[in-house]
Amino acid sequence: MFSPRSIQSNITFAQKIFSLDYILIFSILFLGIISMFAMYSSSTGQFDYYTKSHISRFSVFFVLFLVLSLVDLRLWYQSSYIFYLLILILLVMVKYFGLSASGSKRWLDLYFINLQPSELMKIGIIIFLARYYHRIPAHEVNTFKYLLLPIFVLLGPVVLVMTQPDLGTALLIGVSGVLIVWLGGVRLKFFTYLTLLFIATAPIAISFLKPYQKARILTFLNPDRDPLGAGYQIIQSKIAIGSGGIFGKGFLQGSQSYLDYLPEKHTDFIFTLFSEEFGFFGSMVVLLLYALITWRVIKIGEETRSFFGKFYCYGFASAFFIYVVVNMGMVLGLLPIVGAPLPILSYGGSSMLAIMIGLGVVMSCKVYRDVPIN
Amino acid sequence: MISFNSNESFNKTRMISRRMFVLGIGKAIVFFGIIGRLASLQITESTKYKTLSDKNRFREWKVAPERGLIRDFFDNIIASNEKVYQLHITPENSKDVDILLNRIKNILYLTDSRINFLKRRIAKQKPWEPLIVSDNLSWTEFARINLFLHELEGAEPIVSVARVYPHQSVAHVVGYVSEVGPKDLAAKEYLRDMAVTGIAVGKTGMEQKFDQQIIGQVGYQRYEVNAFGKRIKQIAVNKGIQGQNYLTTLDFEVQKYAAELMQDKSGAVCVMDIFDGDIIALVSAPTFDPNKFVHGIDNKTWKELTSHRDKPLINKAISGLYPPGSTIKTIVALCALENDIASTKMSVDCQTSIELYGEKFHCWKKEGHRFTNMRKAIKESCDIYFYEIARKLGVDRIAATAKSFGLGAYHLEGFKEEKKGVVPNTTWKKRFIGKNWYLGETLHSGIGQGYFQTSPMQLCVMTAQLANGGYEVKPRLTLDENVNTGIKLTTDFETFYDPIYEEHPLLGKRLFRNQENIKFVKEAMFASTNEPGGTSYSSRFNEKDYQYAGKTGTSQTKRITQAQREADLEQTSLPYLDRDHALFVAFAPYENPRYAISVLVEHGGSGSSAAAPVAKKVIGKLIERHNLRMAKKNSLGLNTNV
Repeated sequence: MFSPRSIQSNITFAQKIFSLDYILIFSILFLGIISMFAMYSSSTGQFDYYTKSHISRFSVFFVLFLVLSLVDLRLWYQSSYIFYLLILILLVMVKYFGLSASGSKRWLDLYFINLQPSELMKIGIIIFLARYYHRIPAHEVNTFKYLLLPIFVLLGPVVLVMTQPDLGTALLIGVSGVLIVWLGGVRLKFFTYLTLLFIATAPIAISFLKPYQKARILTFLNPDRDPLGAGYQIIQSKIAIGSGGIFGKGFLQGSQSYLDYLPEKHTDFIFTLFSEEFGFFGSMVVLLLYALITWRVIKIGEETRSFFGKFYCYGFASAFFIYVVVNMGMVLGLLPIVGAPLPILSYGGSSMLAIMIGLGVVMSCKVYRDVPIN
Repeated sequence: MISFNSNESFNKTRMISRRMFVLGIGKAIVFFGIIGRLASLQITESTKYKTLSDKNRFREWKVAPERGLIRDFFDNIIASNEKVYQLHITPENSKDVDILLNRIKNILYLTDSRINFLKRRIAKQKPWEPLIVSDNLSWTEFARINLFLHELEGAEPIVSVARVYPHQSVAHVVGYVSEVGPKDLAAKEYLRDMAVTGIAVGKTGMEQKFDQQIIGQVGYQRYEVNAFGKRIKQIAVNKGIQGQNYLTTLDFEVQKYAAELMQDKSGAVCVMDIFDGDIIALVSAPTFDPNKFVHGIDNKTWKELTSHRDKPLINKAISGLYPPGSTIKTIVALCALENDIASTKMSVDCQTSIELYGEKFHCWKKEGHRFTNMRKAIKESCDIYFYEIARKLGVDRIAATAKSFGLGAYHLEGFKEEKKGVVPNTTWKKRFIGKNWYLGETLHSGIGQGYFQTSPMQLCVMTAQLANGGYEVKPRLTLDENVNTGIKLTTDFETFYDPIYEEHPLLGKRLFRNQENIKFVKEAMFASTNEPGGTSYSSRFNEKDYQYAGKTGTSQTKRITQAQREADLEQTSLPYLDRDHALFVAFAPYENPRYAISVLVEHGGSGSSAAAPVAKKVIGKLIERHNLRMAKKNSLGLNTNV
């Protein structure tokens, strides 16, 4: 029942380097390199602003990820509540000082970067709940006292993000949070109640949706409803992916993206672009890399001794998987267009920063797997 | 420190692992779902999406095809195509369209209104759509544009193809093309199907008649376009198929010669082959420059043409309607003979006028023709004789014969501008005027005045059908038309005159009862031209090969008042528009006839002085070129042995 490894409190630098998960590191690096090619192609084969800033961001954040890997897990544990609260404050600040773009307020101007706190909250919620469930004894999880806080911790950011409005990110934060709550031991019946409540209040919630959000849901249900309007993105994305065929049209040869038929090709639809140019085989490579990363994170969760580490890794793996699945489901026409970036591949600094911090903490779990946490 | 040995901790670990396992299974299912979807899009349905992707990518722009050429019988091109130099601009490619337009304005000397028009057009269309600044630049203008091209970013000199008409003499019969209007689109399905902007459509004449065949098949330029419809690069070009070429029956030399003779006159000349119906010349004067219409006619020229006294745009040979005058006397005489109401020997004493119910009817000859038989009546065109015959015949019988010889009917199928005219009879008057017929009107009809309205084309057909012995002949302008084409005339002249045929095996329907009557009329026409006292005696040929038989006619534009008649007014002293129209019909040569001709000179005075001299010269030209024409017919495999 115990791992054969002994409990350690102090780890040397060499031990740290030795215990890094190199499969994970190289998977991330490989995906990062793919993302650079995709971004180059999305800029119609030029080193333009998007390509350059994506490459520099990936390089900087990849180094950040490696540095964070070596940070003591106990430090993460101790600062997790503060981390969450800081991001929550940033989210509130967005409400008042945020930058507006195409009808929604999502960004904070921090002079050196336009930060999207909702992306960071994806990690913040995981790290908060991981610490929360770390301490609670299994038999007390389902008591009212311990049920109340997670609800508020989840609801706060979700409501803030939803009113930005950013339905996609709000849903991703909510779903990944709910998953950890469930992993934490909360009984299924509470989720059933919650679902029933959700269904009951859905008509009211729908009345709060913006017209374009309603249109997106209706369009998802029937993309041909309005082929030149809301359904256009789904149809064009399916055409691009489908026309890629088994081997793809070739690097820089994707006519759908080159001729601007593809919307948002460097952000949400970057996978479509890649899939059009590299076909089924290329897509499978990307999919397997994502699966590999998810699998390694779960593996690390199994290896790490602390509940904090386990909760964090399992939570992160699930959330990461959901980000990928939601984005792919979206571009493949399986889910409505909600605006969810693909981790690492999509253009976007905050999303990349959040994912790299998240992966850094995962790696820290691996390095400090045998370190006990109070 | 966490108590590692507690049951609590053990249970918690197990619970987490169990729940993670469930989640893991969920993830695997979803993962394979994604792969399945990817496979279905990229492997199973790939072909469908590839097609859709190409449908996105490629867009075709139609290219107007070249029209077919029109040639005369001797391969002279009478409607051709030429390279035209155009200047297009693409506003998007220019840094500042206003500066560009200003520069072009200075180079091409364009007017301010033209520039303003172009600016309005630019405002209306997408910036990447090319705009035609000028569709027909002269070579010097084009050269100047090319010289300054480095300063004209966004301008594009283009070489295209447009219709050109080298000769104005054939303007009416060939017709002209112009920009497609809403009416053309409404009337012509093939134009709607082609849907090419900038294509020209035939508006009149053969251009209009053969438009569907001559217009050609649309080509296309295939471009790769982006999501906004902007052309990215050209993928393929198909120039289309040039329209059908036409070899016409016209003899350009005769046409040009007749047009020159008519140069300062207003009128028409119509020449045809009396056996196969070949139209050799179809002249209307004055003429106009059809090239003006090709690139859109300007307002000033249009107004000049439409308000001109002599109506140059009207093809007078088929659309001009005139009373046939004395030329109808051939038909009236034939009608009388065929109906046995008079013999050729019947004699009338012409004392310059007769009276009927208090109304006086005059002969054109003031001193009267005295005793006149039918031959003399035709030869000298005695009105009194024909009043008498007409009175005996009644208008309905005259009308029947006139109609059977081609008056009051269309002859050029497909020519929208052709007019039918009027062959009056009692029922016609009742129907269209609503009054009963008066006997006096029968007398007027007997000399081709009154309600009669005929075109020079009809008079030509009438003469041809008399000349060929009384068989129906259908005029044609091209050899492709399936009219009287089977002229495999292996029989000799004698067989041709055999009156037993109801329908001549080599020609059309028989129009006579007794062919002797037709022979008589032809002989009288010969006398009219070749015997002293004949109305066209002064326009005769002495050489036997050139001798022809004709009949003059004068169609009144106004009733002559008694005062005018007593004053013995010369036509030349009348105001131009009050002068009579001069008419002349003839066939040539008299022995072995082959050609029929009709000449009309508007306000020319009398047929003998104004129309017959023109006809004589044209007949001279025809006979000079006869052997050439027959040789060409032989070379085309058409039998000429009549």
